[in-house]
Amino acid sequence: MFLINCPFCGEREQSEFKAGGEAHIVRPKQPTELSDDEWAEYLFMRKNIKGVQFERWNHVHGCRKWFNMVRDTSNDQIKAVYKMGEKPPIK
Amino acid sequence: MKQLRDLSKQKIGVVAAGHSSVIANMAGLKLPLESKPLQALVSEPVKPIIDTVVMSNAVHAYVSQSDKGELVIGAGTDDYVSYSQKGSHDIVEGTLNAILELYPIFSRMRMLRQWGGIVDICPDASPIISKTSIKGLYFNCGWGTGGFKATPGSGDLFAHTIANDEPHKLNAAFNINRFVSGDLVDEHGAAAVAH
Amino acid sequence: MSINLRFKTSKFIDETYRVSFKFNNKTYFGFKGDTLASALLANGIHLVGRSFKYHRPRGIMTSGSEEPNAIIQLHDNSSRTEPNVRATEVEIYEGLVASSQNCWPSVNFDVGGINNLLSPILPAGFYYKTFMWPASFWEKYEYFIRKSAGLGKSPKVTDPDLYEHNYIHCDVLVIGAGISGIMAAKIAAKNGFKTLLVDEKSYLGGSSIYDNSEFSKINNQLTSSWLEKEINEISKLENLEIKVRTSVAAFHGYNFLLARENLTDHLPINQRENKVRQRLLKIRAKKVITATGSIERPLIFDNNDRPGILLSSAIKKYIDLYGVACGENNVLFTNNDTAYETAMSLIQRGIKINAIIDNREQVDSKISYEVEKNNIKIYKGYSVVDTYGYRRINKISIMKLSKDGQTVIGDKTKLNCDCLGVSGGWTPAVHLFTQSGGKLRFREEDQVFIPDVYPSDQISIGSCNGDFSLEEIVKNTLFSLKKFFNIDNSEYKTIEIISGLNQSKRNIWLLPSDKSIGKTKSFVDYQNDATSKDIKLALREGFRSIEHVKRYTTTGMGTDQGKLGNMHALGIISETAGTKMGEHGTTTFRPPYTPLTFGTIVGRNVGEFFDIFRRTPIHDWHVANNAEFENVGQWKRAWYYPKDNENMHQAVQRESKAARDSAGILDASTLGKIDIQGTDASEFLNRVYTNAWSKLAVGKCRYGLMLNEDGMVYDDGVTTRLGENHYIMTTTTGGAANVLGKLEDYLQTEWPELDVYLSSVTDHYATISVCGPNSKKIVSKVIPDLDFSDENFPHMSFKNAKIGNIKCRIMRISFTGEQSYEINIQANFGKSVWEKCMEAGKDFNITPYGTETMHLLRAEKGFIIVGQDTDATLTPIDLQMDWIVSKKKYDFIGKRSLYRSDTIREDRKQLVGLLTENPEEVLEEGAQIVSDVKKSPIEMLGHVTSSYYSPNLKKSIALGVVKSGKNMLGQKLIIPMENKNINVTVADPVFLDKEGKRLNAKL
Repeated sequence: MFLINCPFCGEREQSEFKAGGEAHIVRPKQPTELSDDEWAEYLFMRKNIKGVQFERWNHVHGCRKWFNMVRDTSNDQIKAVYKMGEKPPIK
Repeated sequence: MKQLRDLSKQKIGVVAAGHSSVIANMAGLKLPLESKPLQALVSEPVKPIIDTVVMSNAVHAYVSQSDKGELVIGAGTDDYVSYSQKGSHDIVEGTLNAILELYPIFSRMRMLRQWGGIVDICPDASPIISKTSIKGLYFNCGWGTGGFKATPGSGDLFAHTIANDEPHKLNAAFNINRFVSGDLVDEHGAAAVAH
Repeated sequence: MSINLRFKTSKFIDETYRVSFKFNNKTYFGFKGDTLASALLANGIHLVGRSFKYHRPRGIMTSGSEEPNAIIQLHDNSSRTEPNVRATEVEIYEGLVASSQNCWPSVNFDVGGINNLLSPILPAGFYYKTFMWPASFWEKYEYFIRKSAGLGKSPKVTDPDLYEHNYIHCDVLVIGAGISGIMAAKIAAKNGFKTLLVDEKSYLGGSSIYDNSEFSKINNQLTSSWLEKEINEISKLENLEIKVRTSVAAFHGYNFLLARENLTDHLPINQRENKVRQRLLKIRAKKVITATGSIERPLIFDNNDRPGILLSSAIKKYIDLYGVACGENNVLFTNNDTAYETAMSLIQRGIKINAIIDNREQVDSKISYEVEKNNIKIYKGYSVVDTYGYRRINKISIMKLSKDGQTVIGDKTKLNCDCLGVSGGWTPAVHLFTQSGGKLRFREEDQVFIPDVYPSDQISIGSCNGDFSLEEIVKNTLFSLKKFFNIDNSEYKTIEIISGLNQSKRNIWLLPSDKSIGKTKSFVDYQNDATSKDIKLALREGFRSIEHVKRYTTTGMGTDQGKLGNMHALGIISETAGTKMGEHGTTTFRPPYTPLTFGTIVGRNVGEFFDIFRRTPIHDWHVANNAEFENVGQWKRAWYYPKDNENMHQAVQRESKAARDSAGILDASTLGKIDIQGTDASEFLNRVYTNAWSKLAVGKCRYGLMLNEDGMVYDDGVTTRLGENHYIMTTTTGGAANVLGKLEDYLQTEWPELDVYLSSVTDHYATISVCGPNSKKIVSKVIPDLDFSDENFPHMSFKNAKIGNIKCRIMRISFTGEQSYEINIQANFGKSVWEKCMEAGKDFNITPYGTETMHLLRAEKGFIIVGQDTDATLTPIDLQMDWIVSKKKYDFIGKRSLYRSDTIREDRKQLVGLLTENPEEVLEEGAQIVSDVKKSPIEMLGHVTSSYYSPNLKKSIALGVVKSGKNMLGQKLIIPMENKNINVTVADPVFLDKEGKRLNAKL
């Protein structure tokens, strides 16, 4: 059970949050110009990293805000959280 | 000493379950998978009390009794990617809530052991038994919470696929290209509960 | 019982308070403060149960939660029965009833004991190997295997007890109130940390609280006296909370721990009513101090499992804490000094020790000299090679160990005894530490795994950290705590320890025997009957990983989870395989530390509290009017309203007919409602729905279909433009929360530039839908001020209105194909407006209808229900809803996916209507659709998604999805059922009023 530091509310129990998968996958601005392969890449293909992953979380039972998290998926250690649109604080 | 061998002229079949993406990434390939924690638990062993597997879509859990007498209980996955082989307590609690809704008599039974594994899940909750865009590289993955009973059959079909570089008609629908062409399988709707 | 096994005792036993209890139908007496185990021992009873596989007689082996053998059924055949309870953990109370498990007809004579004689042919893996072939026989084998499954019996009636959850946030959690835990709690609390100290026992102080030895003293006081004063002192500290009978079950990441606080299990049954039995503590601690102590190791030799064989430390505890002698003629068998403390406790009370068998050649501590002074024979460099006695040990044989400890030499000596205490040294209880993700290190000197790398802000102290002597424990604890708290600690400035024990130990995992290993039964896992022979067999058969050996032999998989024997299993594996102990690692310690009651985990979330019920503001009316309810998500929705003795079919037929003939009324309050505001609201809707929204005039309503990004139908509903920059969207009942979540996601992460705000207002409004040819007359009576003429108020438009002084919104929209008005009003007025409508509709036979009739009416019109007629593989094109997919819009969610090679295929499954040849025959929803039943295998073309008997059309109608269904209009297909094949014809999915005349019909 993580303790997640929501960038808007502070530390809260994991049960207040919902995970939203890999972060920084931008929805294509012109989908119609993509090939089926390119569209599938956006839609379904994921790095699914074992190690440090950038991902989206939603404080669904709190402020309802989406934000980003850097987490090591091999041991679940949270390295950082940051707001949508912000640059990741670590690489 | 580690020895490196050039396998580019060989055929490679990957059956790495939760770690499928890790292997794929080595080959520069992305798969439509997310690896998530799946937990299960057993009770202390008791004399036979339930002689079938019970799964409930309404309350979301399953229970059966092993030949050793333990109640084997589980439900769904956590919603985040993790390779830590641990899940959150909320899932265990929710699962047992559901079990006691189905079987109030199990209230005084005790959880003996609880554990977590890694399951690789496709967006349509159906497996991939398929060749890939890299020649000679094949994947049998994406079984998610299922697959235990399909293991031998899937091995057979995977062997067929590797040998012929074409799927058997039984696994044709489970090709990886369905995510590009849009011919997903409706397992989410069909499966009552993670199993 | 003529012999006296009870001695003048410590203050932990109240000898003025006699407690009677039953064991195997016989009444016995103990004292308040006894455990069931100590009370049985005081009555001379060792044989308590039978083992899992061989049904060997087993006795009490330990004095705590590590007990593998003495597990019993409590209160058999009552509502409070509980299987597999450890006798060593049960505090006795008046009226306790316990019985032995896994034996028939009795524990003294058990038919299953035949397995013991068969044991040479029942090795590890026997079941795997034997019962697999031929495969078809498995079901027959399983019948017999299952009969021998399990230990105790599951309860068969509902649990009368209550459980609850409690969240605790503290600065410091100290687990274990032994000497190091007490010191840690005092230092933490005195340094201003909000501290919680928990211990699984009913008393504080661990084993030191009954340590009255002259050989280990603190500040020249008996350890027990010194500790008592400490406990007295900490009980007065303000920011320290102490919980006894509280066992930490799990140590998760981020210092999240689960503990079980036991509140009533020690009370007589009649005092438990209306009390909470157990409480699950969900603890989030900034810092965790693990002081869980250590567990004494048994020794592995032939027949090491007989009743009367106990851990040496247990014998000491039974005499020191409970005043109970485990035997009258004792032998101790050890490889280290701690057994000599047990010896001194027995000597002090004049209890006979026949001999001490010590593995070590050299025994030279102060305490051992003291024991020898008491004329007790110590066999140095000896080992026990066998034991005798069926229901209780009566003899042992010993032999001299060779120098390397690998064999036994010389003559066999037989010694009489009725109790054998064994001590193989100590294993730190690192279970919780490893659960938390901590990494262990193997210490060669004394062959123990100890904490090495901490994954969170935590520390292990005392013997769970590998400090075994009193001196080490006290000194290292103080040192570690100073560092951990970063304090210059002023407590315990002067502390002096005297210790008469030395640390030498001769560790031999599997003691040698004069017999070949095949002829021995040296138990490693007592409960599961896994022997050293089994482990060696597993290695011979190629198992290498400890995890595989564990599963193959079931070592460590009993209810004690291998707390006693796991280290020996590892030791035997590495000795046999010729590898180093540290390299194998341990098996993973899974939570919980001790078994955790399901009810405790679930807490109050049982029965009516299992899930929330959401009720509409009109719910009470539905109840009063005999409605049957259907669960839709968390909502209770009126399903149908049976009149007189109508069954569901009859009620639905009547309701459906009334709605089309005159008027029906539906509570639609559960539909999701999302208020959308902002200057970009129209653009936002353009992006989330498949159709165009920019040109929708203020005051108008429009049906919208929402896709997933993969092009599949996700949700639908009517959205109304309330103002220039203001819309209200309706969603399906079940989809409301998900739709809001999805829209927020897009707004916040993909389109933050849009000026749009979303609020869920589902619960704020009651929605009353009045439909049917007479609906207009009815709503006109309810709202006389509003002009309901078709010119002023056409289909798909909305008006603000007032009922009395209360503002409401009226939408003229229809899900039934009839003229229909939806009144949306502040929720608390919902019921009274509903009643007004009923009153106004009296003359028109206004008929309340539920979800079932709603489904039937919409099916007559071919309207889909998302999730019933659709699954995650249907596009709007598949639903023959091409009309709603804008060709002009550049983009919307899911648009790109509609143009992929497989989503544009013509032979996809498509939604069609189905009419049965026999109009009275109603299809089963979910039934398969085929064209040729003779072909093998039969090709499945699709399935039935909705099916009803239509009272308005007087025939059976159905919707289904069929491959290439669009092009099959008029074609005959077959629905194969169990006993017959039903012929159907593919039809237009709109069965009634395709032109939509009824929507605007003038009456």
